[in-house]
Amino acid sequence: MSGLRGAAAIVGVGHACLGEAPGLSPIEILAQATEAAVRDAGLKMSDVDGIISASPVYNMASMTAAEYLGIRPRFTDSTTLGGSSFVSHITPAALALEAGLCDVVLIAYGSNQRSATGRLVSNSYPDAYEGPYNLRQPITSYALAASRHMHQYGTTREQLAEVAVAARAWARLNPEAFMRGPLSIDDVLASRMISDPLSKSDCCLVTDGGGAMVVVRADRAKDMPNAPVYVLGHATAHWHRYISQMEDLTVTAATESGARACEMAGVGPADVDVLELYDAFTINTIMFLEDLGFCAKGEGGAFVSGGAIAPGGRLPVNTNGGGLSCVHPGMYGIFPFIEAVRQVRGVCGERQVDNVDIALAHGNGGVFSSQATVILGGEATLS
Amino acid sequence: MIDTPGPDLAYQNYLAEGAFMIQKCGGCGRHIFYPRVLCPHCASDALDWVRPSGDGTVYATSVVRQRPEKGPHYNVALVELAEGPRVMSRVEGVAPEDVTIGMAVTAEVDRGGDAPLVIFRPTGGAS
Repeated sequence: MSGLRGAAAIVGVGHACLGEAPGLSPIEILAQATEAAVRDAGLKMSDVDGIISASPVYNMASMTAAEYLGIRPRFTDSTTLGGSSFVSHITPAALALEAGLCDVVLIAYGSNQRSATGRLVSNSYPDAYEGPYNLRQPITSYALAASRHMHQYGTTREQLAEVAVAARAWARLNPEAFMRGPLSIDDVLASRMISDPLSKSDCCLVTDGGGAMVVVRADRAKDMPNAPVYVLGHATAHWHRYISQMEDLTVTAATESGARACEMAGVGPADVDVLELYDAFTINTIMFLEDLGFCAKGEGGAFVSGGAIAPGGRLPVNTNGGGLSCVHPGMYGIFPFIEAVRQVRGVCGERQVDNVDIALAHGNGGVFSSQATVILGGEATLS
Repeated sequence: MIDTPGPDLAYQNYLAEGAFMIQKCGGCGRHIFYPRVLCPHCASDALDWVRPSGDGTVYATSVVRQRPEKGPHYNVALVELAEGPRVMSRVEGVAPEDVTIGMAVTAEVDRGGDAPLVIFRPTGGAS
């Protein structure tokens, strides 16, 4: 088992401006989320000496954030892997802490994407080999993968709709979620088609919002006001950038990131009590359940059917309502991570899953391109 | 040093002449696309331009839906070439929603638009 297992702990989380926050810039939203996370940790901003950020707006994101917050970091990282950033950032955070390069790492994100543009902004730039065909990015890339999954495994639009309906059912239990109205399978099927086979209801929201977390070495975490949430395993993998270079459109690098994170944590899918998966589109949840080992390849559609991942189902997935119904400000990765931390803490109110020892959060970036998995646990999982 | 122009520009120059060209690796024998200076399979720089057969099979397909005032729906497809590599393209000569995975298609260079572009049509003109 890796020496990194349990070496770092999340001691503070916070978010801000979930939903709509007109009149605020991305960094103003990031700063509010950061203030909430640092306060949650019982620390002062001046305690932060490591900073990690990524942004589709600020291309030197950790410099922008550190300057704004008045931090002169001893450790800095602006690695951008699309939406899986923030989950992926736990690896450099844990390494820097373990090596003693710094003592308190802030991971932070803020976006005003809904108020600024009102549409999903992709990090994709037009390239000579895909650009001329006018894919509606990133939706069409995921639609191509969905078409392949349906062709190869008989996955149906109804099964995709199950994912959206389950996310909404969870969102209805979360007062912070942006979309809380009722949603049925028929509603999803009747929703306007955007890029076949994905309809508007198969696509994530476009919201504003920011999230932040504070990470310290496990020994120091014990002195903090909140029960520490230990980082048991983490890994990032990417095998392609553009969808035309994805070897098999039904298999993502989550197979690798999940396996490596589980190996570090010394756990398997059967040990995981709650999952927070990056659901940019309904097909994502189905493919990640397969790739992370919660069902066999091709069986994801059947696995989610009958409300199986909704409240009261066999496996709680995306308990905040996900990117489909809670929040999706361009890059969503920090939010499933925060929800997993909160589920381990047991502070999720009506949507709290009983007896969470182990939670898994998974980030996705690009077009099924970068995959980052983190496994978290409470005090009992350390020994 | 590789010859100039680099593979990106060389590809566009071929297209402008009406030729769809891909690379074949002298190191491992595999065809690659998009064009590169190094083979992604074996890292060899011995890449030669070859003209593919033009035969392909639809690997994945979507229809991009537009509001009527913005224009008609159109197809986007990933096509697997007979030589192995997969290319982003669209299938024309058939309604966008009638493009199916597994459909046999043939490449052609469409020089009617702003820039020359490889598109595919159902093989044998079937629709």
